[in-house]
Amino acid sequence: MMLGRLYGAKAWGAFAAAAAVVFVVVPVLNLAVPASSPLHLSAFGVTLGGKIMCYMIVAVALDLVWGYAGILSLGHGLFFALGGYAFGMYLMRQIGADGQYHVDMPDFMVFLDWKTFPWQWWNSQSFLWCAFLVVAVPGIVAFVFGYFAFRSRVKGVYFSIITQALTFAVMLLFFRNATGFGGNNGFTDFKRILGIPIATREMRMALFAITGGVLAATLLLARFVVASRFGRVLAAIRDAEARVMSCGYDTLWYKLFVWTLSAILCGIAGALYVPQVGIINPSEMSPANSIEIAIWVAVGGRGTLVGPIVGAGLVNAAKSVFTVAFPEYWLYVLGGLFIAVTLFLPEGVVGLARRVRRGGVR
Amino acid sequence: MRREDAMALERSGAHEPPRRPASPGPIAALLRHPRSDPPAGEASYGRVAGKGVDVAHGVVLYLEDISVRFDGFAALDHLSLAIDAGELRCVIGPNGAGKTTMMDVITGRTRPDEGRAWFGQSIDLTRYTEAQIAHAGIGRKFQKPTIFERHTAFENLELAMKADKRVRRTLFARLDSAERDRIAAMLERVRLAHSADRPAGLLSHGQKQWLEIAMLLMQEPRLLLLDEPVAGMSDEERERTADLFVSLAGQHSLVVVEHDMAFIAKIARKVTVLHEGRVLAEGPLESVQADPRVIEVYLGR
Repeated sequence: MMLGRLYGAKAWGAFAAAAAVVFVVVPVLNLAVPASSPLHLSAFGVTLGGKIMCYMIVAVALDLVWGYAGILSLGHGLFFALGGYAFGMYLMRQIGADGQYHVDMPDFMVFLDWKTFPWQWWNSQSFLWCAFLVVAVPGIVAFVFGYFAFRSRVKGVYFSIITQALTFAVMLLFFRNATGFGGNNGFTDFKRILGIPIATREMRMALFAITGGVLAATLLLARFVVASRFGRVLAAIRDAEARVMSCGYDTLWYKLFVWTLSAILCGIAGALYVPQVGIINPSEMSPANSIEIAIWVAVGGRGTLVGPIVGAGLVNAAKSVFTVAFPEYWLYVLGGLFIAVTLFLPEGVVGLARRVRRGGVR
Repeated sequence: MRREDAMALERSGAHEPPRRPASPGPIAALLRHPRSDPPAGEASYGRVAGKGVDVAHGVVLYLEDISVRFDGFAALDHLSLAIDAGELRCVIGPNGAGKTTMMDVITGRTRPDEGRAWFGQSIDLTRYTEAQIAHAGIGRKFQKPTIFERHTAFENLELAMKADKRVRRTLFARLDSAERDRIAAMLERVRLAHSADRPAGLLSHGQKQWLEIAMLLMQEPRLLLLDEPVAGMSDEERERTADLFVSLAGQHSLVVVEHDMAFIAKIARKVTVLHEGRVLAEGPLESVQADPRVIEVYLGR
């Protein structure tokens, strides 16, 4: 059976437990348990959970290219933000005439004295069109960029640097008002999705559950990819690309496929992130954001798929604590964590756990 | 201009020997129309070759006046060489004679500055990429064993196996029992059956060499290029390798580059001596060894 090939019984048990938390425990604690009870889960908690699950999707996506194909992207924040902006356009259109200026147009356009929508906003009132853009824009950008980079055999640290430059360049582009996406303020003040108010408890819970479902689907899809012969070719490319070519594989298309798939997953995560967090602006594309994604993957353990989920969870939980307690030290902690993991835990937390279970740490 | 037309034009060049008018670029046809006329029993492997290489005239590889220069240094200097179908050819020569460069040209790694490399009658290898050439049926073993160290021996052979190697196919590819049997039989043949599920990185040096040879054989090549195949092997392993090569000749054509003269003596039928990028001598081992020019190159100076 198909599912049996992906994971063993134990792993499916853990998977079911995680699903029960997302689809049963959290909804009950948030919706059914009264707010006065100490067990009640606040809307803030639900939103934070949903946000972190978006990050987990991105981490799995990066692990596909970094952990399995050996391609370290330091620009995955770009694809995340592109997906977020694509869906953000729809959310802006859903505000309708309820904005500051009571005109059926996003506030920033009124402020800039624009009379018509720029071409990028064509059909943006359509949910389906924007959902299509969420997949298509990151996918096409990644495909075109990847085609030229991989065809020129750009590898290793050079590739990483180019991805950093790419996300930085697009960030600068989005900072401009003339680009048509709200400049440095980006999009915010969302009111509705499909006509349903966004700030209700039910809507938040629905977004949370959908994010959980997408995360599960992402993990299974990624698992399917790496467990296939394609996945073994990918790992072989990571270890000895020249040999893979002499076996008769055209490695360009392998790298391009997994690279584009990864970018699309990031775009979907971005689209889920924006309505839950309530804002998207160009800072999502800042180089530091993309580096942070790589840290989640490294902390959890690259090449494990589950590791990046754990890593994204741990690092973001730590971030939530630290940025409240010692906000000015968070970046130092993050940097220190990265160095420590690289030096002492090359296989991340999950790699360490596996080694302990096999008996004997080193 | 379409590639086929370009090739046809090339072909009409006056200086070239007459060739049959192979109109639809042969590798192109092989690669692009996988389902056209699949030979019985091989339907599932569409685009890979072996088939389609025209060796009607008995020559599987013909290097024609090949020159390769690196910064003015001639690594290959108007080299011409023909290998017959089913032949086991040994190529020897001092360091820097151009043996490795010759293999690079045949496998598409290096583009020659001049000359052509014909695979069969009609495929000009200088026009294709490494992957296309591998598909067309040329397998190469490198000096240093290059295997996938983190994959098991079994997986190494799975990846090497002749199959449709495009992305969509490999995503959904599953080994059928015939393929499993083929891999198992090959592991048996190179005495790695007991190590099938161990990471290949844990194998001994000699075993790695054997695994790589097995990987080449899984691709069912028409022509096998072997660069110092017995380097680092024990005497017993050399013995077995010699037996293997001799048993392969006939179904495959082999070009073996080796320094170990004892090994050459065991397998050699016809030996080619390269020196300074060109053929110095060619013939049975004894006559080559007796050739004063060869003695001069090896012992003189």
